[in-house]
Amino acid sequence: MVPFAGYEMPLQYRGIIAEHLHARSQAVLFDVSHMGQAILRGDGASEVLESLVVADLQGMAAGTERYTLMTNERGGIIDDLMVIQGGYYMVLVVNAARKDLDFAHLREHIGDRCQFDIREDRALLALQGPAAANVLARLAPPCRHMMFMTIENLKIGDIRCGISRSGYTGEDGFEITVPTEDAEQLARMLLQEPEVKPAGLGARDSLRLEAGLCLFGNDIDETTTPIEAGLTWTINKRRREEGGFPGAEIILRQMAEGPTRKRVGLQLDGKVPARAGTRITDRWGKELGVVTSGGYGPTVGGPVAMGYVDAEHAAPKTLVNLIVRGKPLAGRVAKLPFVDHRYAK
Amino acid sequence: MANVRFTSDHEWVRIEGDIGVVGITEYAQEQLGDIVFVELPEVGAQLEKGAEAAVIESVKAASEINAPVSGEVVAVNEGLADDPGKVNADAMGEGWFFKVRLADPQELEDLMKPAAYKELVAGLK
Repeated sequence: MVPFAGYEMPLQYRGIIAEHLHARSQAVLFDVSHMGQAILRGDGASEVLESLVVADLQGMAAGTERYTLMTNERGGIIDDLMVIQGGYYMVLVVNAARKDLDFAHLREHIGDRCQFDIREDRALLALQGPAAANVLARLAPPCRHMMFMTIENLKIGDIRCGISRSGYTGEDGFEITVPTEDAEQLARMLLQEPEVKPAGLGARDSLRLEAGLCLFGNDIDETTTPIEAGLTWTINKRRREEGGFPGAEIILRQMAEGPTRKRVGLQLDGKVPARAGTRITDRWGKELGVVTSGGYGPTVGGPVAMGYVDAEHAAPKTLVNLIVRGKPLAGRVAKLPFVDHRYAK
Repeated sequence: MANVRFTSDHEWVRIEGDIGVVGITEYAQEQLGDIVFVELPEVGAQLEKGAEAAVIESVKAASEINAPVSGEVVAVNEGLADDPGKVNADAMGEGWFFKVRLADPQELEDLMKPAAYKELVAGLK
């Protein structure tokens, strides 16, 4: 167990590599109840929330989910979050370490335009892996036919669940919000299924790193823009044309002119992992940037990392050195993700 | 086990004549979790007791290993390059790190005997 964002979280159960590989071959269950959940109700809720995030929320059909970014006036990222469009309400799922700040920010800017409530009484479980759909369909048959990034409100046994087909591993899977008092029972039901094993924060991090997904505080923060972070895809045509989110002018200008630095994947030639904070240079020692996430990728079978480099050195296969314990280690810029996504399209 | 000594940093030294074989303990490998790389000293390097001698990279983090005794490195466990998981599987055997020619056998007196180390670990669990 390790402290994380004010919670005691399991770093691992059987071992990070075993849990990671099980998520890629079968299914694992994460307890991610530390994440912040909130609900926004009221006429024009989508329009109101659009003034704080980059996504096109008004264009979302009811029953769909979108990944988006809350931005600041400098074009930096306050947090990355999931928004579920319920039609007459929207559910937000934000990072644990940011939830107090996020919710205060949302309260302040939403004001009395909509009703904003934090859902303290909800837990969140994530069932991830290629077997997840078979497992969940056994308990809630309609799950099998859900599309990626859609939601259904279904009962598992007597437990009322908000289920979305989504995740943070690059694999197919589901995220399930339940009343806190039902969470343990649901977790035990899922863990009883033969394909499912529990997984901790360690595997969650190595899975998302191989999948090229950002971790707030490492790969994105208030000083990185969506463009630098390679998250331009989260801003659709209408939002690019209309702007209307904090920092839009800076972000849209950067999109037109190109950023000076970019988030890239980094693959090392050897076996030594390069951790967050590792300096990146070109082969002659010129500073290019810094690693923001790095470690061992169990599916890749070697070290994998992400970081920011000067835009002119961001092309895949560009040769770089990573300075680990004072020694330059040979590596190259790599295409993200390291492991292909296998979402249910 | 009588000829094995331990440090409070969870390293062991097995004494074979004037040679000390060095590794990390079962408790250390458990704490580190899956080990993916071990950076070993070079054969011929002069190690000083207490100074950094090796680095262990686990999935979680990098950890430094300090030399439990002083002396010249006479061999390193080449097998760890291909299979660093040997440290997890057999920390006190196949997972050894390096062999050092003891510069000062007196240094062994500062290390813990098996019973004392066992007691230390029992207190940590």
